[in-house]
Amino acid sequence: MMFKKRHSLALLLPFALALAGCDAIQEQQPGDPETDDAFASTYQPMPSEPLLIVNATLLTGTGEKIENGQLLMRGGRIAAVGAKLDAPEGVRVFDARGRYVTPGIIDVHSHLGDYASPGVNAHSDGNEMTNPNTAEVWAEHSVWPQDPGFVTALAGGVTTLQVLPGSANLFGGRGVTLKNIPGRSVMEMKFPDAPYGLKMACGENPKRVYGSSGRSPGTRMGNVAGYREAWINAREYLSKMEKATSPDDMPKRDLELETLAGVLKGEILVHNHCYRADEMLVMLEIAREFDFKVGTFHHAVEAYKIADKLAETGTCAAMWADWWGFKMEAFDGIRENIPLVDAAGACAIVHSDSEVGIQRLNQEAAKAMAAANRVGMQITPEQAMRWLTLNAAKSLGIDEQTGSLEAGKMADVVIWSGNPFSVYSRAEKVFIDGALAWDSEDPRFQPKTDFELGIIEIGGQL
Amino acid sequence: MKRIIPALLFGLCAFAAQADTYAITNAVVHTMGPEGVLKRATVIIEDGRITAVGADVNVPRGAEVLDAEGKVVTPGFMEASSYIGIVEVSGEPSANDSRAQSTRYTAAHSVADMINPRSTLIPVNRIEGITRVITRPGNGLSIFAGKSALISLGSIDNAVLDRETAMHVTLGQYGAHLAGGSRGAAIMQLREALEDARDFSRNRRAFENAERYDYSLSRPDLVALQPVLSGELPLAVEVDRAADIEAVLRIADEYRVRVIVLGGSEAWIVADKLARANVPVILNPFQNLPSSFEQIASTLKNAAALHAAGVTIAFTSGESHNARNIRQAAGNAVAHGLPWTAALEALTVNPAKIFGVQNYGRIAPGFDADVVVWDGDPLEVTTFADQVFIQGRKIPMESRQTKLRDRYLAKEERPQVYDKP
Repeated sequence: MMFKKRHSLALLLPFALALAGCDAIQEQQPGDPETDDAFASTYQPMPSEPLLIVNATLLTGTGEKIENGQLLMRGGRIAAVGAKLDAPEGVRVFDARGRYVTPGIIDVHSHLGDYASPGVNAHSDGNEMTNPNTAEVWAEHSVWPQDPGFVTALAGGVTTLQVLPGSANLFGGRGVTLKNIPGRSVMEMKFPDAPYGLKMACGENPKRVYGSSGRSPGTRMGNVAGYREAWINAREYLSKMEKATSPDDMPKRDLELETLAGVLKGEILVHNHCYRADEMLVMLEIAREFDFKVGTFHHAVEAYKIADKLAETGTCAAMWADWWGFKMEAFDGIRENIPLVDAAGACAIVHSDSEVGIQRLNQEAAKAMAAANRVGMQITPEQAMRWLTLNAAKSLGIDEQTGSLEAGKMADVVIWSGNPFSVYSRAEKVFIDGALAWDSEDPRFQPKTDFELGIIEIGGQL
Repeated sequence: MKRIIPALLFGLCAFAAQADTYAITNAVVHTMGPEGVLKRATVIIEDGRITAVGADVNVPRGAEVLDAEGKVVTPGFMEASSYIGIVEVSGEPSANDSRAQSTRYTAAHSVADMINPRSTLIPVNRIEGITRVITRPGNGLSIFAGKSALISLGSIDNAVLDRETAMHVTLGQYGAHLAGGSRGAAIMQLREALEDARDFSRNRRAFENAERYDYSLSRPDLVALQPVLSGELPLAVEVDRAADIEAVLRIADEYRVRVIVLGGSEAWIVADKLARANVPVILNPFQNLPSSFEQIASTLKNAAALHAAGVTIAFTSGESHNARNIRQAAGNAVAHGLPWTAALEALTVNPAKIFGVQNYGRIAPGFDADVVVWDGDPLEVTTFADQVFIQGRKIPMESRQTKLRDRYLAKEERPQVYDKP
């Protein structure tokens, strides 16, 4: 729609001028300039050179395993994967004998940067706890790229993560997907062209936060009324925009409704914090009522009770391996939650929601896998690897670009010192877009955030 | 493992079965004592105790035999700082007794009489090999949290094995907050309490006649501090910053009290001083971020460095509901330099030593039969317990979680709330 572009050109112009000469900006395809180009990604892959990994056990992230396999990275992409490759002349070779190679780990639920370490009051930037609907806020505007947690997550093999607002509100705001290389601003970390997420929250948190101060929602039924009211408004907003025949007919730009309308248009993916089975089914019914899709339930402690429904609606569940009991809606957690969702044919994901857990998501998957196998389920490491990679990429809408060891995808790759489902293995080398971003053996490839400088060095000396 | 008639179908029966005799055969037994690791060994359990261990051990007549098929057997593990038995749902005040918002009882606040041995947390953790825990109170309004206790996870009638294992006090950042906003005030509160308790013990009659000055603590609190002053009860001090640990060591020396450092994120910096003072550290091996300004030097190598310096360490998972993950925590400490055997010690003999627990932590004749048969390396994340014994009781390997799992594993036409006929 031409008038729309004209309408927003004035807003866009200062940005374009300020960033003139930046290739990433010039290459943007402005579909809806107001939302698409403001705060666009300026991420640039680090320089890399071609590398051939040989003699590795490859867990591809697609559910396959290749023993004694090879992987070629070139130009920041995975060029080829297989048992034996025709490698280019003179390419650098890494002998990965005894090691495993997997896609980079993707965490769909992080608050790194928004609740940065150290956890001082000044760093509490994850919950805009001032209104039950804050769909207008964007998690990225709270991200502090100097959070040391990004680096410890990298040491755990995490190459991509979604930073979400907290769960105090029915609508917490937009989430953002990042490449795990600390930049000077969040724009320098943003995963190019990744869709935005919308954080929603069910259950205890919103009703406690607002109910305790005498506001709505104070109950679960209040929660649901709050969601429905917002979607009614969003539908109306979208309808006005679609019916407008001239800029004058356009509704006044509203950041809150713009985000919700983005969901209704299918451009923004819903990430819904929700623990209980019954509540998840209510949320799916709301999605049906207003014709949008819940992409992923997060935490989903009771997902195992409705795994069939999740499979039916194509809804992912992002789960912990074993967190339970810290609140009432987490009381029914079981060790086999993740594998039971997977076995039903739904999209199962291991997530962290924790700056500690994100460092060893591989171990979380291992616990779930082993627990399932003890009750006769047959989950292989190659299947479980999907929970950490390709399924997570699907949840974030980036599975065309990353999440598996497949030719043409971004070379987001981890070389593990051993089986990644062992407590003793560590991410030895982590590549992001083909560039070595972490090396557990080489301090030159162990980034330190500005915050860490001059505070403490190895040996405990200043 | 050989299938045995499930004699212990119901929870109650399990606890009446103490007199049973068991023989675990063909096991790799980590004795945690001078015997080291015994291969193809048999462990005999009678009347709650281990009565024999070794390769050439006769199986008593009538013993229930479990063929371990070469699997690993260790003592049951101990979580050194939990809220198990006093918290059901952490976020629900009505189901959480850990903190008393009162200044009337602080040091006297004790967990011993409020332990719920029927808590759902107990089966969840014990079927994964946690057989004992220290349950400690949390801080309410005072730097004194109160007295912890030793809990068996295998007994209803006799869950509290030791009513007083340590006096818990919090210094550092949170202690400062409780004391009004400064570390100096928190330390002064500790000193004043110890001074008052000492004065109370020397002038008890005068106190009863109201002839002494006003003490900073209530009478029950002063009484509770007496075994700390006499050195019978250790003072478990929750503290992380290296400088705060040094302050604790000075106070320990000055008042001649035994201290345990709980937390100790930066303990590795002062490892030599801790070793010299013979002060043990209970730590969470996962702590590696500068989570606060008192944990700036947190590192995954903390456990390894403390052990190398000769400090006695034990572990806490930091999570009562998942105390079972203490094994994973220990495994991560090993991945970052702690010798495997030292990690196993930190889960067994070390907490026994730190809290003065008798007859627990080893597979040796005379020791309580807290024994676990594992399906692999117990520190590995893919390993689970095949069978757990606690004080000689063969524990039913089920929990609320396994029941939920089994209900939803079965495909039923009727709603799951109707159990299978």
